[in-house]
Amino acid sequence: MISPSVLLLLGWMLVPLCMTLYFSTLRYNLIVPSDNPFVGWENYYWFVTDPSFKAAMFNTLLLVGGVLCITVVGGILFALLLDQPMWGQGLIRIMVISPFFVMPTVSGLVWKNMFMNPVNGIFGHVAQALNLAPVEFFSQIPLLSIILIVSWQWLPFATLILLTALQSLDRDQLEAAEMDGAKSLSRFIYIMIPHLARAITVVILIQTIFLLSIFAEILVTTNGGPGVATTNLTYLIYVSSLLQFDVGMGSAGGVIAIILANIVAIFLMRLIGKNLDA
Amino acid sequence: MARLVSIPRKSFNTTLAGFLGFLMFFPVLWIVILSFKTEGDAIKAPLEILFATGWTVESYGAVQARSDYFKHFTNSVFIAFGSTFLGLLIAVPAAWAMAFVPTKRTKHILMWMLSTKMLPPVGVLVPIYLIFRDTGLLDSRFGLALILMMVNLPIIIWMLYTYFREIPGEILEAARMDGANLNAEIIFVLAPMALPGMASTVLLNIILAWNEAFWTLNLTAAKAAPLTAFIASYSSPEGLFYAKLSAASVMAIAPILALGWLSQKQLVRGLTFGAVK
Amino acid sequence: MMRCLRMQLAAVTLAGVTVSTAMAAEITIATVNNSDMIIMQELSSQWEDATGNSINWVVLEENVLRQRVTTDIATDGGSFDIITIGAYEAPIWGAQDWLVPLEDLGDAYNYADIFEPVRNGLSANGTLYAVPFYAESSFTFYRTDIFEAAGIAEPQEQITYDQFAEIIAAVHDPNNGVYGTCQRGKAGWGENMAFVGPLVNAFGGQWFDMGWNPTIDSPEWKAAVTYYVDLMNAYGPPGASSNGHNENRALFADGKCATWVDATSAAGYIFNPDESSVHDRTGFFQAPKQVTDKGTGWFWAWALSIPASSKQADAAKDFLAWATSQEYVELVGNTKGWVAAPPGTRKSTYDNPEYLAAAPFAPTVLNSILAANPADATLNPVPYTGVQFVAIPEFQGIGNYVGQQISAALAGQQSVDQALANSQQFAVREMTKAGYIK
Repeated sequence: MISPSVLLLLGWMLVPLCMTLYFSTLRYNLIVPSDNPFVGWENYYWFVTDPSFKAAMFNTLLLVGGVLCITVVGGILFALLLDQPMWGQGLIRIMVISPFFVMPTVSGLVWKNMFMNPVNGIFGHVAQALNLAPVEFFSQIPLLSIILIVSWQWLPFATLILLTALQSLDRDQLEAAEMDGAKSLSRFIYIMIPHLARAITVVILIQTIFLLSIFAEILVTTNGGPGVATTNLTYLIYVSSLLQFDVGMGSAGGVIAIILANIVAIFLMRLIGKNLDA
Repeated sequence: MARLVSIPRKSFNTTLAGFLGFLMFFPVLWIVILSFKTEGDAIKAPLEILFATGWTVESYGAVQARSDYFKHFTNSVFIAFGSTFLGLLIAVPAAWAMAFVPTKRTKHILMWMLSTKMLPPVGVLVPIYLIFRDTGLLDSRFGLALILMMVNLPIIIWMLYTYFREIPGEILEAARMDGANLNAEIIFVLAPMALPGMASTVLLNIILAWNEAFWTLNLTAAKAAPLTAFIASYSSPEGLFYAKLSAASVMAIAPILALGWLSQKQLVRGLTFGAVK
Repeated sequence: MMRCLRMQLAAVTLAGVTVSTAMAAEITIATVNNSDMIIMQELSSQWEDATGNSINWVVLEENVLRQRVTTDIATDGGSFDIITIGAYEAPIWGAQDWLVPLEDLGDAYNYADIFEPVRNGLSANGTLYAVPFYAESSFTFYRTDIFEAAGIAEPQEQITYDQFAEIIAAVHDPNNGVYGTCQRGKAGWGENMAFVGPLVNAFGGQWFDMGWNPTIDSPEWKAAVTYYVDLMNAYGPPGASSNGHNENRALFADGKCATWVDATSAAGYIFNPDESSVHDRTGFFQAPKQVTDKGTGWFWAWALSIPASSKQADAAKDFLAWATSQEYVELVGNTKGWVAAPPGTRKSTYDNPEYLAAAPFAPTVLNSILAANPADATLNPVPYTGVQFVAIPEFQGIGNYVGQQISAALAGQQSVDQALANSQQFAVREMTKAGYIK
């Protein structure tokens, strides 16, 4: 039995998808009114041969991969640390999870202006105080800067899930291992990592979903630049549909993005899906 | 058996974790500080800012004068809670069906739904804009609640699905034997057991809806504009504007930050996506 | 003083009421977060009080505003009753019948007072589709104290970019926190390309030849962009590739730049003691030339217009008549100080002794605006109009892309040759796609 709500849901999701598919075959530019003739694959051709397309694919991968690395590794370390006995753990945990609640727009703006601005930002001031040349974040290391900002936002999420998983670990098992003289490193590798595998899978899956469509942070900091250094697929679609107002090409880009997303999803499922019994 | 830990070790842990936690939290703290400074002070070197004596709320006044905070705040609340409510209406039965009456394709449907979340919203803006124009939903809070519900639905369904799956089937069997119908089954048996998970789902959805900045900006004009639109007029610098930007940022994130802090226990408990057995 | 002000208000009110509708209306205005617009928003309560109408404001950053307004107007969404658009959009959108013609703002509205180039720039086929809120050209801001210390006199004639570079080299003093020059580096057709466009004009280049073939890989472009990148790398502030108009304005006002070629409308801000630390130490001269003096200063106007989809066109017209009137300029002058009055649109502003006294830059601004000729801005003949832009719908996409490429060259991520080759390739693609190149 499939409940009616699932059908409703599928329908609800299919309508915009079908409209996008339809628009992707039209020559449809918002600012050049015409009768929007059918052009077949033309939009796909233009989108894929866009000189920025390759760079955008590459940047998307780097962005997702970079943030995943930082947040998973950082999250594990943070979780291990927070799992230790300490005073004021509640307060510390509140501080650690705070970035997760901050709007992407706000965090982009705050990092760009108050921290990474080479003249008036904190990092600039620190560099000046140390008599160093300030780092020009958004011209010298644009993509890395974005990765750092996004990682700041998602590290709490990874930490929380991993911490919860860690806390469910059987203490007796750990202590038994400790008594057997297992070094802390081998305890970590042989007991904790396998235990965390599921949680790590979840972190990777959920974050990938969100990271593939990172947009606000790029929009308010670098506008995809300099050049195409921080243009990811989402931003490229934005450029087509809302800067060039080419709805046909933007839709084609959307369709391509969802196909790629499905490939990534299948890949993820194959690779790590066995950790999920979903 | 409680572990015995030496005081120095515990102090070390506390110091290290406290320091790192403070670093994570620092940007938020910093904009709170800047928001109470004058524009002139706000661009000075960090230490000078800290010890500059003047504290003022003038930036909050300036921000409020430009756009009415309470209108945007109310819209944000309506949209975040409305979309969550609508989402639950659809997601609970859907997740129930998937969890308790799984078919071969359930897993695929679930994955496919999740993958639709990877579709960049900007790719479907024009179709949605046209639909909204024709149905009169442009610049309406209901329209926004509807679209955000749709955007977050895959996540809600998946979360609920993982919680529901952890409920042992025998309990349902027992309830059914006692003659409970489907609705009663959901309301009296399923709901209480899934409550922690639902609470966390609700919270996460509210946070995501509150922070969503694409649809809320592009489908609203004046009436339904939430706090994401409120902050949008500060996204390019205008002379000295750090204090005003900070004030506007604080105003935009404070409510959700407060909610997050107050409910962090519930949020954390449920935020496992079935990762913890 | 108070009385005078009140009379002023009464005059404005009277002018406003003449066209007003009998029923109170609620209008939605989309505007950009420029300081002049913020002042308009503050003062608009007077219009509301006088007419009984009310206003919903949507204040957005320029790019967001443009995308929001374009989506709405092109899909006939009807979300806004008044939109803020520029000299680029007004003629294109007017020709597409997306805007309400504004020839009938009432007898009290003094059309003849608006500068003719500005009026022409906002018209399509002789019909006015947007009324100017303020207009600008570009010129060079410089720090009089720094020039004096370096023994450089204010140029009286239009200098060349080569001479300009020599001056900049002499005043560059980063150890004391003063950079030789600040120019726009942030990508965008309305950002870095607004500076690069006139620069290319000065070097004798152009966007397209008479057959609409892009000429971005020409030697003129290369010379101009190389000049720009070298100049900024040697004498610009750090992080220049992410500085736009607003960032540079803040830097200049903060005393960090010795020279700056940018919008004349920024003068009101730089000379305002409340906003700027260099208000008493700033001078100005014409934007430089190179092989030609044609198209060396840009032309731009921010204007208000009414989408054809508006259901409150009458009330909206009434507001336009109020906000772009001579009386409104006087209202700003009297309440916010004359230096903040919206510049560049009306003769009466430049006849007003109070404005001239408060704004020493006024005559230079006026000359720059009247001299900017979008219809003849390049050395060689071209098929388009526009100084720093090309008045065709496809230009935004091309301009943004080229802006990105040049911004990347400025950031040192690629060579100028590479940037121009990419730009040329992209422009050819777009023009082919749009059917200009067969």
